[in-house]
Amino acid sequence: MTQAVIQWIGGPVLKARVSEPFQIHEALAVGEQRLLGEVIQLSGDLLTAQVYEDTTGLKPGDPVVGSGLPLSVALGPGILGNIFDGLLRPLSEASGHWFQPGLAAARSGQFRFEPGVGEGDELAGGQVFGQVDGPGPGRACLVPPLLSGRVRSIRPAGTYAEDEPVLEIEDAGGRVHRVAMQHDWPVRRPRPAAERLSADAPMVTGQRILDTLFPVARGGRAALPGGFGTGKTVLQESLAKWCDADVIVYVGCGERGNEMADVLDEFPHLEDPRTGRPLMERTVIIANTSNMPVAAREASIYTAITVAEYFRDQGLHVALMADSTSRWAEALREVSGRLGELPGESGYPAYLASRLADFYERASRVKALNGEEGSVTVIGAVSPPAGDFSEPVTSHTKRYVRSFWALDRGRAQARSYPAIHPLKSYAEDVDTLARWWQLQGNSEWREYRRRLLGLLESQARLERMARIVGKDSLPPEQQLTLLAADLMNEGFLRQSAFSEVDRFCSPKRQTAMLRLMMQFIDLAGEAVAAGTPPAEIAAMPILRTLQRLGEEFGEDDLERQSEVASEIGAAFNALNDHKEAADVG
Amino acid sequence: MSADVILSGALTGLEGPLLFARREANVALNDAVEVIGREGRGRVGRVSALDEEAMVIEVLESTTGLDLDGTRIRIRQRPLEMALGPGLLGRVFNSVGAPIDGGPALPAERRQRVDGMAINPAARDLPRDFIETTVSTIDLMNSLVRGQKLPLFSCGGLPHDRLATQIAQRARLRDAQAGEFCVVFVGIGVPYDTAENFRYAMEKSGALAHTAMFLNHADEPSTQRLLTPRFALTAAEYLAFVEDRHVLVVMTDMTNYCEALREVSASHGEIPSRKGYPGYMYSDLATIFERAGCIKGLPGTLTQLPILTMPGDDIGHPIPDLTGYITEGQIVLGRELDRKGVYPPVEVLPSLSRLMDAGTGKGYTHPDHPALSNQLFACYARASRARVLASVMGVDGLPETDRRFLEFGDAFEERLVSQQYPRTLEESMALGWELLRALPVSELTRLSGEQLACYIEAPAEAG
Ligand SMILES: Nc1ncnc2c1ncn2[C@@H]1O[C@H](COP(=O)(O)OP(=O)(O)O)[C@@H](O)[C@H]1O
Ligand SMILES: [Mg+2]
Repeated sequence: MTQAVIQWIGGPVLKARVSEPFQIHEALAVGEQRLLGEVIQLSGDLLTAQVYEDTTGLKPGDPVVGSGLPLSVALGPGILGNIFDGLLRPLSEASGHWFQPGLAAARSGQFRFEPGVGEGDELAGGQVFGQVDGPGPGRACLVPPLLSGRVRSIRPAGTYAEDEPVLEIEDAGGRVHRVAMQHDWPVRRPRPAAERLSADAPMVTGQRILDTLFPVARGGRAALPGGFGTGKTVLQESLAKWCDADVIVYVGCGERGNEMADVLDEFPHLEDPRTGRPLMERTVIIANTSNMPVAAREASIYTAITVAEYFRDQGLHVALMADSTSRWAEALREVSGRLGELPGESGYPAYLASRLADFYERASRVKALNGEEGSVTVIGAVSPPAGDFSEPVTSHTKRYVRSFWALDRGRAQARSYPAIHPLKSYAEDVDTLARWWQLQGNSEWREYRRRLLGLLESQARLERMARIVGKDSLPPEQQLTLLAADLMNEGFLRQSAFSEVDRFCSPKRQTAMLRLMMQFIDLAGEAVAAGTPPAEIAAMPILRTLQRLGEEFGEDDLERQSEVASEIGAAFNALNDHKEAADVG
Repeated sequence: MSADVILSGALTGLEGPLLFARREANVALNDAVEVIGREGRGRVGRVSALDEEAMVIEVLESTTGLDLDGTRIRIRQRPLEMALGPGLLGRVFNSVGAPIDGGPALPAERRQRVDGMAINPAARDLPRDFIETTVSTIDLMNSLVRGQKLPLFSCGGLPHDRLATQIAQRARLRDAQAGEFCVVFVGIGVPYDTAENFRYAMEKSGALAHTAMFLNHADEPSTQRLLTPRFALTAAEYLAFVEDRHVLVVMTDMTNYCEALREVSASHGEIPSRKGYPGYMYSDLATIFERAGCIKGLPGTLTQLPILTMPGDDIGHPIPDLTGYITEGQIVLGRELDRKGVYPPVEVLPSLSRLMDAGTGKGYTHPDHPALSNQLFACYARASRARVLASVMGVDGLPETDRRFLEFGDAFEERLVSQQYPRTLEESMALGWELLRALPVSELTRLSGEQLACYIEAPAEAG
């Protein structure tokens, strides 16, 4: 344990005089309360550190103790289903009403351990040496990634503390290492994998506008920028609830306390549609709310992705929701300002872009060290000032993500959620993901998607035109295009996160809905070509059924949806009969 | 608790709000200090940075009148605190929590840090109790719940004070067990008449005995404005979480607070972010707004109704923008409606209550409340689009449906937004259904078949 003494302190930054060597990024215990800190600069006999807790009461002369290790978190079975602060320290109801410095109690859960290897077995880093009993995913006990050797001893099945050694490994040099169910890993360092794999399948989100128009690949990265109130958090929460990942890491970075409370309140009572288990069992919440110490906000993002990688290494598919990466960037800016670094664009440090790149680069689909396939999909919310997407965090983020979900104020104000603007958003992995849809029995996906986007684009163009010439003066086909686009917006893209029926939409139901919509649009096109005025199409009662399809036909009503197809056919037959009769008469 | 230490002759420099002094006593970061000028007047300050020999003191009030030789520094050896005890209500205090109504000091039963502590997110209870404000645009479309922070975004010269006062006077829970309700009024850089009008209105409605006021007047030092909401919220937390009351904190005008923050930041020589406001303004405002909430196991609640005037009427200005990113929605007042004579001039489209979904609907208000609100939003948005079209090509150039929406838009503003008298939620809902009935049924896609049948097609049955 190296020692230093505080020489200067201001806000969350301190300088301390060292007598023994410290490392950059070394974790520190600061002052009597042993507040958590991290070395950020070394120069001569002075170290500069940031402190992750309220520094009130610290003074020159107070001790600073080095841990000898970079800022790390303990990864183990006690993580899932719980809420932590930005440095993975538990925040339970039992920690009291108020978040206090020095609270840093280590968690010490007891778990039932089942050994999976025997004495003399050879183990490499990342391999599974046992299982933890219990429901939910993430129960494998992993050898720390950088350790390998021969099992010298392993404890029998039984209940042990998470941090109690249960395994002894002798490495090639003859050194013996004691391994517990949990192990430490430095947050700023990506966990190694055997191999990076390329995108193959989408992460199914259950949100129509995403899965159908702007999918994100498993192990991919998506950003959702939007001004306040446009729906970033609700969308992140919807994804956390319904996406088909095995594990959700939800990091509230500089956002509202009530949103964390909301997740904590709701998730235990919601059922994972795939496993039937409470959603909370697959969820980890990492909370550094906007009124918690700013420096810890910067670390919370790294903590979250490290936790995500840990589950990935168990062969699980992990989705990481970061709300909001802008607050993280601002924390970076604030700390940089305190260090007197030269500010760049909008005051952000020049390394903002590379930090963002490093973070998104940790999203991946991999063959883990133990050979299992796992992935981390990263979904970052961005909160641009005044909703202006040209600001640095949005524009740099855009360079590193492959799916871009631009939230639009106008749509949000009309309560047309999710307020993703279809013409300002994009997804780059569409070609790869089309194969997956094909396997799901939807080989038209790419074609439908193209038509849908084309329709929306025409709508934008025609609306501009209609503003000049009047809607009624547009030719009938164009009037129909507007009608069809309205239908797609209202009946397909809109999906309320609060509707018990519609908050989740399986790929199967999306396909069925899309087919019905396209059937209607095709028949309407034929009818208009044959001379039916668009106003008559607009007056068809079946239109209302289609507009409320999502609301009224849930996952259990897929059968009933096929009846709608015949109703559509019948409605157009009636329309034609009527027209023929009129033509004759 | 260690005793106070007084330093004299320790000052080495004075620069704006910052004092530089030799550290001749055992001082720690954020210790509260009292800076006493030659004239004997004390000013609140805190230690903002220090090393072995020297310290920087941030004076949180005016430094006028201070000099290097004659200034003494009393060091409290603990952070800035407020002494609290029973008897807060009915009293008037200044920015730093000292009574200015001629009454006695509060009994100091406990001391609480004015910076507050973050509520443990795991200990938060979700705000769900609907507060009936009797304002249709709020109750029906942007509901307020206990423990929420819901600001009014206004423009200079609009009747935001009147609206806030009415809410403070009328707000009630729908089930009678309202509990102990009280109001904390926080005037930040406000003119005397604003504070006086509020006091008078509360007195007239008999609510003054349940009101505590914290005042920083427009002619008082702007640096003090950073303290006013902190002292007031410390008192509000005491009322809510120690005395178990339901507290509504009305804070006006947060724009003055932010201006003061900018001024102080500039005098520290900090690198400004957008429009000269400091980069940490978001976090700073969060330490104020996040003090609203409900806590598991505690019966009291703290609700905030901050008011801010948007500089240049621009909602993208950093003050409303950062606020909107922190608060749980916003009620936006608009000049255009005000000009049309609509009171309260609430612009519903940019307004939002993020906690509405949790506090309305089945089991909370009325099962059809959310759908009605949703449909009204969709229709009014459509009416606004039709207005844009009409302004380009004239009303006659519009298709029939669009013309009906135009009429709906006008009726919506004249009948639902505008209101002379308080309305219950039921009255607001009845009005909402009535307005929707003027539209083609085929346009009401946010309503279910049953809702259509019950409220639109056979209105006789409507409750
Ligand atoms: N998908 C959705 N379905 C229904 N309502 C939504 C949806 N997205 C957003 N909303 C509404 O918009 C409000 C603001 O959304 P939120 O996600 O908190 O915005 P942001 O995080 O972008 O500030 C929510 O409180 C909710 O009422
Ligand atoms: Mg949000």
